[in-house]
Amino acid sequence: MSILAEADLRLDAGPIDYALLIIYFVVVLGIGVMARRSVSSSLDFLLSGRSLPAWVTGLAFISANLGALELMGMTANGAQYGLATVHYYWIGAIPAMVFLGLVMMPFYYGSKVRSVPEFMRRRFGKPAHLVNAISFAVAQILIAGINLFALAVIIDALLGWPLPVSICVAALVVLAYTTLGGLSAAIYNEVLQFFVIVAALAPLTIVGLIKVGGWQGIVEKVTDQEQLSAWPATELTGINSPVWSVVGLVFGLGFVLSFGYWTTNFAEVQRAMSAKSMSAAKRTPIIGAYPKALIPAIIIIPGIIAALIVPEMAQLKSGDTSGGVAYNDVLPLLMRDLLPNGILGIAITGLLASFMAGVAANVSSFNTVFTYDLWQDYVKKDRPDEYYLRVGRLATVGACVLAIGTAFIAAALGGSNIMDYIQALFSFFNAPLFATFILGMFWKRMTPTAGWVGLLAGTFTAIFIYAISEPSFGIELLELPGQGASFLGAGLAFVVDIVVSVAVSLVTRPKPDSELGGLVYSLTPKADRAHGTTGEDAGWYRSPALLGGGVLALTTVLYFIFG
Amino acid sequence: MRLFDLRLIIAFLFGLYGVVLVVIGLGFTSDDDLKKAEGVNINLWAGIAMAVLAAVFAAWATLRPQFADTDKQPLKEL
Repeated sequence: MSILAEADLRLDAGPIDYALLIIYFVVVLGIGVMARRSVSSSLDFLLSGRSLPAWVTGLAFISANLGALELMGMTANGAQYGLATVHYYWIGAIPAMVFLGLVMMPFYYGSKVRSVPEFMRRRFGKPAHLVNAISFAVAQILIAGINLFALAVIIDALLGWPLPVSICVAALVVLAYTTLGGLSAAIYNEVLQFFVIVAALAPLTIVGLIKVGGWQGIVEKVTDQEQLSAWPATELTGINSPVWSVVGLVFGLGFVLSFGYWTTNFAEVQRAMSAKSMSAAKRTPIIGAYPKALIPAIIIIPGIIAALIVPEMAQLKSGDTSGGVAYNDVLPLLMRDLLPNGILGIAITGLLASFMAGVAANVSSFNTVFTYDLWQDYVKKDRPDEYYLRVGRLATVGACVLAIGTAFIAAALGGSNIMDYIQALFSFFNAPLFATFILGMFWKRMTPTAGWVGLLAGTFTAIFIYAISEPSFGIELLELPGQGASFLGAGLAFVVDIVVSVAVSLVTRPKPDSELGGLVYSLTPKADRAHGTTGEDAGWYRSPALLGGGVLALTTVLYFIFG
Repeated sequence: MRLFDLRLIIAFLFGLYGVVLVVIGLGFTSDDDLKKAEGVNINLWAGIAMAVLAAVFAAWATLRPQFADTDKQPLKEL
């Protein structure tokens, strides 16, 4: 994997660093053991008994996404493209998270479904459900394997353990705490991991800023001033025209890709479904949006700094690739150059924790979909709940074993490329899924047939665009480097899905209104979509709409300052 | 569903980390360490910040002991 190439990335970890790392893993496993005591039903295991407070689910919501791809990928983007990387956060996440909380969560939480595919089944019936459940389960196993592989590569590079050993050790740790404590253990560890990552990145950013001479120092040293403005981000999108670049960003990344990812990806939505009330469920993604809006400060800025002060990185940036480093190496290189023992141990812990939580999020959403959506719906119905709790545990073991397998496949194929491919493919599934969901939630006339036909049409459109723009396939009809191709593919997939769904709906038979209560806007009484405002949900500062408006305002202000 | 209080675990972990880092920062920081971090005693400062974080979570858990919804009725199976 080109994440960590030939350069000397071995960190000078001392006994104290190992001790801090070991303390963390003891606590992580301890959480698994303690969480086990609270598990007495399958719902406890797979959805934390819907009992968690909003700040916990909110932090878990963004932590589940703060894995290898995010940390390595976004620091690398910061080094390569500069400040334009903020679009992935401010336009690519915040609006979608607020939309999920305010508009979609009433249906997800209010209908008491236990997974995103289950919502699909109740709205559109079995064919659409099966397509969604199987593609989600397969994608989670593949991504878990790639996360596991990325984790093993970094253990190998930082600490010098052989790859197969680190893959198995990492899988065992994840397996241990998720099998014991289920989703509660995964979510607790995600919250803990959030703080450890901040504790790892904040000192790195501060020392880096001091070394480079503060923000002023960055402005003086960056040679290409375009890297210090967010718009129009032509380098990032690969679209030469500034106007179209902005359109691509706003519609492709900001609307279709990000709404598709954040609102239909069960690994994310599951965190909100485990909240203890409708109010807490609505607030989950919105509370998560606040740290999400601010975290670029400790992810993107270190990337920009690394390109200025790490000699190998500056050499790479000037176009000389002989130094043996890749943009993905930003964090280990900065840690090597800036952090003394002690805080270095915290930083290593933060990286490992982040990668591991990524795997745990994949595994814990896989086992819910496998247990409820595949096993209970299609294989063994009507068994007592203990039976499904046992299936959930076994599914966790199965997922970890399969993920070890896919991790070795990833290792054999060489890593970084397939990580990009899977991400592209996954986003192609999400864009049409979002179109189908949003149409189905607001148009009661949409029929079950339109549900699965629209989904397939959208997905094939996205795959088609990918096929004619990916250079390695040799049929390059569209020339769009950077992220432009996936913006375009996702946008077209969305439009095609909507058009096909409407057309098919007009000639097929809709479900009777009586079966759509709680699933469609016009057939859900306002009271069922409202949240409680008493007890733990009381107080103006707990109003989801107010919190959502607040984070949108914050993001706008940030754009004015750094745009 | 009876869940233990996550805030106490956060307080415990960062309390421990904070103390260890402050001790390293005060007693075991060489000139090389200082030079690496541009003259900042980063272990000391990061340790103090973590200790403060731990104290905030400990205080919160003490003042508002209610954490998860412990008496919630199990949802009817669908």
